[in-house]
Amino acid sequence: MQSQSIGLVEKRFFHLPASLALEGGDSLDSITLAYETYGELNQTKSNAILICHALSGDAHAAGFHLGSDKAGWWEIMVGPGKAIDTDRYFVICSNILGSCMGTTGPSSVNPKTGKAYGLAFPVVTIGDMVTAQKALIDSLGITRLLSVIGGSIGGMQTLEWSIRYPAMVFSAIPLATTQRHSALAIAFNEVARQAIMADPNWQNGDYYEGHKPDLGLAVARMIGHITYLSDTAMRNKFGRRLQDKDAFSFNFDADFQVESYLRHQGNKFVNRFDANSFLYITKAADYFDLTARKSAEHQPAFAATTTRYLVVSFTSDWLYPTRKSKAMVKAMKKHAIDVSFCEIEAEWGHDAFLLPNPRLGDMLSGFLDRMSKEYRNDNTHAL
Amino acid sequence: MRFDLEIIASWIPPAAKVIDLGCGSGELLGFLRDNKGATCTGIDLSEDNIQHCISKGISVIHGDINEEVADYADQAFDYVILSQTLQQVYEPEALLNTLLRIGRHVVVSFPNFSHWRCRWQLFWQGKAPTTSQLPYSWYNSPNIRVITIKDFRQFARRAGFSILKEVAINTDNQERTGSIIKILPTIRATYGIFLIGGTAQHQ
Repeated sequence: MQSQSIGLVEKRFFHLPASLALEGGDSLDSITLAYETYGELNQTKSNAILICHALSGDAHAAGFHLGSDKAGWWEIMVGPGKAIDTDRYFVICSNILGSCMGTTGPSSVNPKTGKAYGLAFPVVTIGDMVTAQKALIDSLGITRLLSVIGGSIGGMQTLEWSIRYPAMVFSAIPLATTQRHSALAIAFNEVARQAIMADPNWQNGDYYEGHKPDLGLAVARMIGHITYLSDTAMRNKFGRRLQDKDAFSFNFDADFQVESYLRHQGNKFVNRFDANSFLYITKAADYFDLTARKSAEHQPAFAATTTRYLVVSFTSDWLYPTRKSKAMVKAMKKHAIDVSFCEIEAEWGHDAFLLPNPRLGDMLSGFLDRMSKEYRNDNTHAL
Repeated sequence: MRFDLEIIASWIPPAAKVIDLGCGSGELLGFLRDNKGATCTGIDLSEDNIQHCISKGISVIHGDINEEVADYADQAFDYVILSQTLQQVYEPEALLNTLLRIGRHVVVSFPNFSHWRCRWQLFWQGKAPTTSQLPYSWYNSPNIRVITIKDFRQFARRAGFSILKEVAINTDNQERTGSIIKILPTIRATYGIFLIGGTAQHQ
């Protein structure tokens, strides 16, 4: 099958009809979610797939916006004839609560003050992000998603969806993720947050009318990029090679390619991301722990779900290593859940799920194909 | 399908819950799903095999069977299949006890080491036998133990497993065709296939 781009797509906005009660105890009014959809929702509304994005992602998963040549962040996987085939499936991707890509977050205007929220924005959880997404899915008239798919923090949302709304999630594909944020992952996030908060421009989060804490955010992003790569990936990509020079400079310019790369990533990031959103989303990830969760019958989280899972990890991912995926697979197996698991040999570290990978594409399309059939059979039996 | 898998498939009743350990590219599981309406899952160590299975729509777990089987609840399956793998297992008795805990029935098949070709090579040539069922030399074989049909019967009795069915087969080189051996199976059969059940302590 020939695969191509979905082409021109448009960002849309959904306004939540009611305020959202948050896990932290607060409630939030006037929430807007930015989202995009690709493909057509079929008559029985049985072909809907929700894609959940990671820390710095957005609703723009595939295609191109008018006047831009920048493809969506998962263009390789989503489109006509691709693994997540928009000729067959109706694909939805929405920007997460607390982010800064069109969905309400700390950089949005607080209707009570007429100024940006800053730290007045309540701390949100992965569960809150999912509850907000559910309002969007409800508004589209979809009662059961064929699949929820996401990597990293998107994978946490994917798991959360299946635990929080099991009847709405026929299948789920958590990629390169964890059911429980580890001390290592929390530690990296904390150092990144400290970098932002130590920037004098941060001003306790109230910087929207002055200079932004760009230096702090750039350092936070640099730390992130170290965790997204791996020892092997860095050795292959950079080694000790020097950047545009033959000898050491004997000063603190970027001598090594790896330094130059991290600086570039950091500087690029500050143009598109809000420092406070970085604080909020990393905090939500740190709080994530499905193992502490109990079902209504006081059973472990996975005891109450009927979702079918495909879990994928990558060998060189040291942020959410394979043993994290295995731990959730173990819990699923124990509760007789239909689960498939593959650890893909990949040298690119945590980022591997975003890179072209025929093996991953092949498994996603095969799994989704089976899910479509089983969803149809399930519906027939229910009638 | 491989002839031994055809025999195994014929033992599985419709709509059974089946797990195949070392399921390869999912040949048997695909057949059981399509022809018996079985609920199937498999475990395999090879990433290629796992990709094949998942892309064909078969649920599989990527991992080592000795570790992976421990996670399942008691009596989670109707049938547990261990085909042509027992000769590579470090602790057969412990593994089979676990399999009888997670499943009501266990199907075990293995190359029969008392086949006349093995006997011939050992007796007349004085060499460790290599056959199309056991094609490796002593220095590169993944098969860490040799099993005969008689050995397995004795072992099952001693370990307290009940043998519910037993078939000896002779296969051709490609293993796509074969026949059931009734006369002198311990000498003429290339494979032994057993259906075993557990005792009350497994449940």
